[in-house]
Amino acid sequence: MSNRAINLLVPVVSVILGLIVGAIIMLISGFNPINGYAALWSGIFGDLYTIGETIRQITPYILAGLAVAFAFRSGLFNIGVEGQLIVGWFAAAYVGVAVELPKIIHLPLAILAAAVAGALWGFVPGLLKAKFHVHEVIVTIMMNYIALHTTNALIKTVSGGGDRTEQIFTSASLRSEFFQNMTEFSRLHFGIFIALLMVVLMWFILEKTTLGFELKAVGFNQNASEYAGMNVNKNIILAMVISGAFAGLAGAMEALGTFQYVSSKGGFTGIGFDGIAVALLGMNTPLGVIFGATLFGSLKYGALNMPNAAGIPIEIVEIVIAVIIFFVASGYIIRLFLLRAAKKKEAK
Amino acid sequence: MSFLEVLYFIVPSAIFYAAPLILVAIGGVFSERSGVVNIGLEGLMVIGAFIGILFNLFFADTFGNATPWLALVAAMAAALLLSLFHAVASISFRADQVVSGVAINLLAIALSIYLVQKIFDKGQTDFITERFGRYNVPFLQDIPVLGPMFFKSVYNTSILAIVIAFVAWFVIYKTPFGLRLRSVGEHPMAADTMGINVSRMRYIAVMISGALAGIGGAIYAQTISGDFGHATINGQGFMALAAMIFGKWHPLGAMGAAIFFGFAQSLSIVGPSIPYIKEIPSVFLLILPYVLTILALAGFIGRANAPKASGKPYIKGHR
Repeated sequence: MSNRAINLLVPVVSVILGLIVGAIIMLISGFNPINGYAALWSGIFGDLYTIGETIRQITPYILAGLAVAFAFRSGLFNIGVEGQLIVGWFAAAYVGVAVELPKIIHLPLAILAAAVAGALWGFVPGLLKAKFHVHEVIVTIMMNYIALHTTNALIKTVSGGGDRTEQIFTSASLRSEFFQNMTEFSRLHFGIFIALLMVVLMWFILEKTTLGFELKAVGFNQNASEYAGMNVNKNIILAMVISGAFAGLAGAMEALGTFQYVSSKGGFTGIGFDGIAVALLGMNTPLGVIFGATLFGSLKYGALNMPNAAGIPIEIVEIVIAVIIFFVASGYIIRLFLLRAAKKKEAK
Repeated sequence: MSFLEVLYFIVPSAIFYAAPLILVAIGGVFSERSGVVNIGLEGLMVIGAFIGILFNLFFADTFGNATPWLALVAAMAAALLLSLFHAVASISFRADQVVSGVAINLLAIALSIYLVQKIFDKGQTDFITERFGRYNVPFLQDIPVLGPMFFKSVYNTSILAIVIAFVAWFVIYKTPFGLRLRSVGEHPMAADTMGINVSRMRYIAVMISGALAGIGGAIYAQTISGDFGHATINGQGFMALAAMIFGKWHPLGAMGAAIFFGFAQSLSIVGPSIPYIKEIPSVFLLILPYVLTILALAGFIGRANAPKASGKPYIKGHR
């Protein structure tokens, strides 16, 4: 079996193992896994409405996945996607409600605000990593909490003491009547095109520009890159800034597309953390992220159907997701099994 | 309110909030000293909190006063089991330790909320009836100034946490086991050459971290929150992780950092009833522990203190 085939098989096997573990847990707790997964399936592809909603759910996952993957490619682990997403969400919604402008200016401005806010939130851990060698994992985790509490306080100020802002002006909205009519009034919005555009952009940056080459080189070996005359510190900061911008855009999808407002949060959205899994499943490639996001968006949205249709708590899907991540991380052992299986076949 | 009165008010509260953090941070010290990064502390705490509350609710009638203590044991066992997943993945399966830790976090919260749904048919558990009590430490409470601050109506879980910190310091720095533990985290190949079983040391260390995180989670749930839901732990494990780094991977340092974080956290809760502090918008008090952590990491503690082999799987014969 070629190396490439095995690289592709590892995530597939992980997903299958995750689904099997989910089935076992359903069996143990007295649910019928066939009913459970049937409910999941129809929750994803049941009708045009659910398909529209599934794609809507996939959109922020693509961007969150890109954010994690982009940092990963530069050798950085961005756990702060969640916080960058939250500030992006707030920034986009704020621009959406604060001013009314022609759509052609207002919408891009709101999107840009989200990207800038996310980038700023990525800049801090990037700068600290580059200048003070502080591990980005801890700083990004801390930045998540700061984002959560700060935006909650800002929302209170902006809304005059309330828990959510007003609806954004339609001139800043990503909603589309065309999509809504097509999908029986789901909340599917134009954001999916932005997400796909960013996939292309990330591919372009990584594969076609000097910057991308340097970022990958720094990811492979910092010392060698330094020796080759690259500015490692600049690249670390830049990688975190771009990663944060992707994450901020994911927040814009929620603000301008799905919800049209921002409300204060008791906890994290989880999209940023799932972005880690999306990126891993996609092997940190732009194209792979689309597949990872599709899987996660589908599982997450489809799971909503499970309590109604089969009486099974949604959390079972969360367990499946955790198990998938666990096995993707342990890719070494799956690889080992696959290689052994392949060898046995050859011996026969 | 005089300054001293403010201190009488805030110091016990800081220690109260610090107790779970101390235990979990020391769990992190054990794990990282052996060379395994454990971001999964949060998840291990979640399981500890969940099992602690569950045990307390189910057995309060049977065991009465002893229930919270037995619940700690149950929580310890459950978190230890979960930590084995992290151990297997990151030691035997050579998984990326951070990613495996993230998986543990997701798994713990999903599994516990799933079970809460299944058992209680709602998003969170009932409130427990048997709680840890407060005590006045005999003799010590009579010390002027310090006595009322540290030894009056103190939770015995806080005393337990501080005792464990000193025990951990002794174990890590004064015993052969601790020497082996540290050598495995600094230079696993050299340790291996000297006949130390690297994998076994790391398994033990991760299990200790799981056990301590489980106790920490159960203490948090049984003293501070009183029930269990998806937001019960809400980042305490990450705070503990930060305390560990802040404390330079040293048990007593971690304890000091944890008390400092406990102080910052209690400030956001008792702050509104203290003069001057109540004037500060609550958001600043809420983000204070996180900002301080970042500042501390950037400026105060210096660099390159982490165990050298931390985060890297050890592959025999690999240079």
